[in-house]
Amino acid sequence: MAGPTIIAHGTEEQKARYLRPILAAEEIWCQGFSEPDAGSDLAAVRTRAERRGDVYVVNGQKVWSSFAHIAERCILVTQSDPDAPRYQNLTYLLVDMHAPGVEVRPLRQITGEAEFNEIFFSEVQVPVENRLGEEGEGWQVAMTTLLHERATLGFALTATLDAAFGRLLEEAREREVDPRVREGLAREWIELQALRYTNYRALGTYKRTGVPGPEGSGVKLRWSEANQRLTKLARELRGPEGILDDGWWNHQQLRSRGNTIEAGTSEVLRNIISERVLGLPRSR
Amino acid sequence: MDFALNDDQLELKQQARTWLADRFPLDRDWDALEDRWRELAELGWLDVAEAGLGFVEEALLLEELGYACYPGPYIATVGFALPWLSAEQRARVAAGEERWSVDVNGLVPWLGSVDFVVSDGGTAYPARGEAVASVDPSRPFGRLDKADGEPLAGNRNLPRARTASAAEALGVAQRALDLGVEHAKTRLQFEKAIGTYQAVSHPLAQTYTDVELARSLVYWAAWCVAENDERAPLAAAAAMAFATEAAVAACERSIQVHGGIGFTWEHPLHRFYKRALWLEGFGSRPAELRLEVANALLA
Repeated sequence: MAGPTIIAHGTEEQKARYLRPILAAEEIWCQGFSEPDAGSDLAAVRTRAERRGDVYVVNGQKVWSSFAHIAERCILVTQSDPDAPRYQNLTYLLVDMHAPGVEVRPLRQITGEAEFNEIFFSEVQVPVENRLGEEGEGWQVAMTTLLHERATLGFALTATLDAAFGRLLEEAREREVDPRVREGLAREWIELQALRYTNYRALGTYKRTGVPGPEGSGVKLRWSEANQRLTKLARELRGPEGILDDGWWNHQQLRSRGNTIEAGTSEVLRNIISERVLGLPRSR
Repeated sequence: MDFALNDDQLELKQQARTWLADRFPLDRDWDALEDRWRELAELGWLDVAEAGLGFVEEALLLEELGYACYPGPYIATVGFALPWLSAEQRARVAAGEERWSVDVNGLVPWLGSVDFVVSDGGTAYPARGEAVASVDPSRPFGRLDKADGEPLAGNRNLPRARTASAAEALGVAQRALDLGVEHAKTRLQFEKAIGTYQAVSHPLAQTYTDVELARSLVYWAAWCVAENDERAPLAAAAAMAFATEAAVAACERSIQVHGGIGFTWEHPLHRFYKRALWLEGFGSRPAELRLEVANALLA
């Protein structure tokens, strides 16, 4: 997400500084977009970036930041002008996570793990040269990040679903499987193939036209629902043992509830399909 | 392998869309079941091999025939019967001189309007018998009187037949979606286009994802059939189960989005719904197909 956005909007200096360590896996980045009061409504972020000479002084709080506890850098969406109109008041910054005033607090989630974090910024000084794009144009830069997140996410997600399905199938081969579960297995296998070939079609279009086509816009939406159904099917398959914490499916069941929320809630994704793909009028 | 359609395929699809929209518009006389068979022959659709094309292109034509709710026996002749036919029989089909159908579970689509029927695992019978009412009146059935049978030269190709049904269903689903979207953009209630309301737009978005996933399965299955890939049986079963169910659901959501008008005889939506129900029920039903897939996966 950070890499493609820097390629699209970065200066030559920024590209030279940041891209190689990403490719070499030397620097991990995290995403500072969502806030406690700005989730689906990203344009409502309140983390403030105030220009003082050669630096922006950042104050505020971000949430749901995966890997922030091990990240070197953060792509941060800030509000830089409280008086400017909506969508013209944001500035996109590249922030050093080790700078004074940055504090990361792990966020324990439904599974008991802490995969996400809160990030607190108090009087954090970010050099002006770490701004990506122009001041006030952070919304456009953020949209580039989200476009790439959704364009490539589908491939990784489909691969993880494939692996989880393979695991379920192995377990099913070792048991008596009732007809209802058999049909469920077939249904999920079919959905998995549909996702796989939709990804390939999207890639084919992308290769030919250079822009992501609409094919892939439903993949994350459908993947998240498929992954949730798969964990329920696993419970069915395991029968009375479904109530035990087996260390894998139980975790999957709980973790999958986040799938329809993270990286765009299903409701926001349906809005995007309705408005940008089907051309229906805006709902807000 | 490139999974997106190439320019020639996109052009063929667009030509078919335009031609069918002109001959079979939504405001047609739906009781006139004219099939324009000679014109299909002139277009080369009854013998795509002549133009160096294959089953992927036939599947695209079937998709467009579904989109137009075309009433003739193209799917029965080209989708179902063709693999059984000899070179001479194919030539007569290509010339627009013969129509064929198949006997499946004792039911023959278009028995009253085709010339020959494939039955009994490889016998051709002249099309005679009693008519049976169909869920889709543009796609009537009959029960075959088996007399004067002749053995056929070719073989059954079940994955091909199933993929043909899936391709047609894909077109039906796309049309139901397009009609629903058009209505949601233009119908005003509470001073707004009803598509503004998420309770209306989100079911259409759901249909959109169904259509795109169905499209991926149909094109995959069509490619497997065209290339004689070993995955063809499984891909075709998957495509038919998914696409026919998606078509039924797409029509049902579209009827709901249309409100009262979608429930009338006057509106064409019920024609597509009946076509979807026919496709979902003919040959193998989705639940049966899924059990087939499950048996293959668990074997």
